[in-house]
Amino acid sequence: MSDMQARSASEQVAVLRHRRGTRWMHWINFPLLAIMIWSGLRIYNADVRDPFGFGIGLVGWHWFDFLPEGLSDSLGLRRKLAKGLAWHFTFGWLFTLNGLAYLVYTWRTREWRHLLPERRSFSDAVQVIKHDLFIRNKPLPPQGRYNGAQRLSYSLIIFFGAIAVLTGFAIYKPTSLNLLTRVFGGYERAKTIHFFMTISFLVFFVVHLLQVARAGWRNFASMVTGYELSDRPVIQTPASGEELTDV
Amino acid sequence: MSKIPKRTPRESDEARAQRYAALDAESPTLTPAEYRSQSRRSFLTGAVASVAAFAGFRHLQGRPEIDNIPDVLRKGHEFNEAVWSNVRGSGGNAPTFARSASSMIRVNGRHGIRDEIDLDQWSMRVEGPDGRTLGRHALADVTAFDKVEMTVEHKCIEGWSHVVTWGGTRFSDFVAPYEDLLGELPKYVALETPDGAYYVGMDTASMMHQQTLLAYELEGAPLEQLHGAPLRLATPNKYGIKTIKRIGLIRFSDERPRDYWGERGYDWYAQL
Repeated sequence: MSDMQARSASEQVAVLRHRRGTRWMHWINFPLLAIMIWSGLRIYNADVRDPFGFGIGLVGWHWFDFLPEGLSDSLGLRRKLAKGLAWHFTFGWLFTLNGLAYLVYTWRTREWRHLLPERRSFSDAVQVIKHDLFIRNKPLPPQGRYNGAQRLSYSLIIFFGAIAVLTGFAIYKPTSLNLLTRVFGGYERAKTIHFFMTISFLVFFVVHLLQVARAGWRNFASMVTGYELSDRPVIQTPASGEELTDV
Repeated sequence: MSKIPKRTPRESDEARAQRYAALDAESPTLTPAEYRSQSRRSFLTGAVASVAAFAGFRHLQGRPEIDNIPDVLRKGHEFNEAVWSNVRGSGGNAPTFARSASSMIRVNGRHGIRDEIDLDQWSMRVEGPDGRTLGRHALADVTAFDKVEMTVEHKCIEGWSHVVTWGGTRFSDFVAPYEDLLGELPKYVALETPDGAYYVGMDTASMMHQQTLLAYELEGAPLEQLHGAPLRLATPNKYGIKTIKRIGLIRFSDERPRDYWGERGYDWYAQL
């Protein structure tokens, strides 16, 4: 009897982690955002300067270029402005629609309850980051599907996506949408914000890949299958959360 | 009224864990066997979708080109034109700036103006849709109208912008006699440099906008040759590629005129 109980208590179960709609929109977003960044860099590179590079302009000394010549050559960005614009302004619609669909879907399915930051998410996030950087060894605070750092970063990147779309429209149609452009402080400021949203996507992407790699195969597979296989007991007890994955 | 609750009490870790567990308990579950078949289906779907997406991307890149971009993307430009030609910004105008904010702009394009011309010999021809010459103008014919000065943000399609002050005649003022002559103006206006090396196609609605000038002054002084002397187009509502320098010909047209950069892969409409 006790033998059977022990076996059934350790049985595997697959729990739905990402709904079908979320999965599709997540994966559709990947090539769309890739096309937006690729075509966007072709546009960025058309300016003879590296407009947001850092350095002292007066003496022509640059200590940091976002697109040094070697990089723009190897990425095939040179003299591709017309094609960059054409891709950007066609696929921008698909990127926008996918983002809108995601917002509506996340609202209607109430998935936002797993995702939006809570009051404690900020302090949770500090502990999670310390833990992930091996600074801290104490047990982590309880978490649901996502920990505090995830709630913050996933919500922020969606917000940044919205800002990228809005600043994009603001610099695409600064007369037709002149109120929107004014909200972002004018054409040049909107351009700067748009650019740094792109940088934030690239930073997010790198950290996201590292964290997914750390979290392991089952977690990754759940973004494909929807379900995450776990060794949690079939009869669920309020878990302390330490077995839950990071990403 | 006396007691305003400061903060709801801090939720204990146990209460949080229970709340999260309750939320997680809403999620449906699969048995390992069901999970395995779900896995097979999903990864197969994912593989097919990835291959299809990549094939679609390659296919799009290889589509026959219309004016130097794949036809699908050219359709994208035309779709955008259909959308944005119906959107008028607040007040319908591009923002204007204080005169003090403007400064001399760089020379960026030399197409059609590589050689200096004798400005006294310059004249501008106006042509009807049938190719008939309707008029020929010296600069004095243009400067005879009320001078309009505007300080606006000139935007280059390469990405930079520059606040600059133009002085000139509203195209809508200049063209009024032709409007009377032709009855209704055709849908398009073509503009060319005297040597025909640079040419721009415009929709008449954009030409008739009150911020579209036949400009003869830049920063309060007559245009220099490399800025388009003696007469160029100025509008803050199109990219700089449309603001043709040294206009030699204005032609009304029922058909969409060719456009130098439009033929080289850019959006013909180029509206801001």
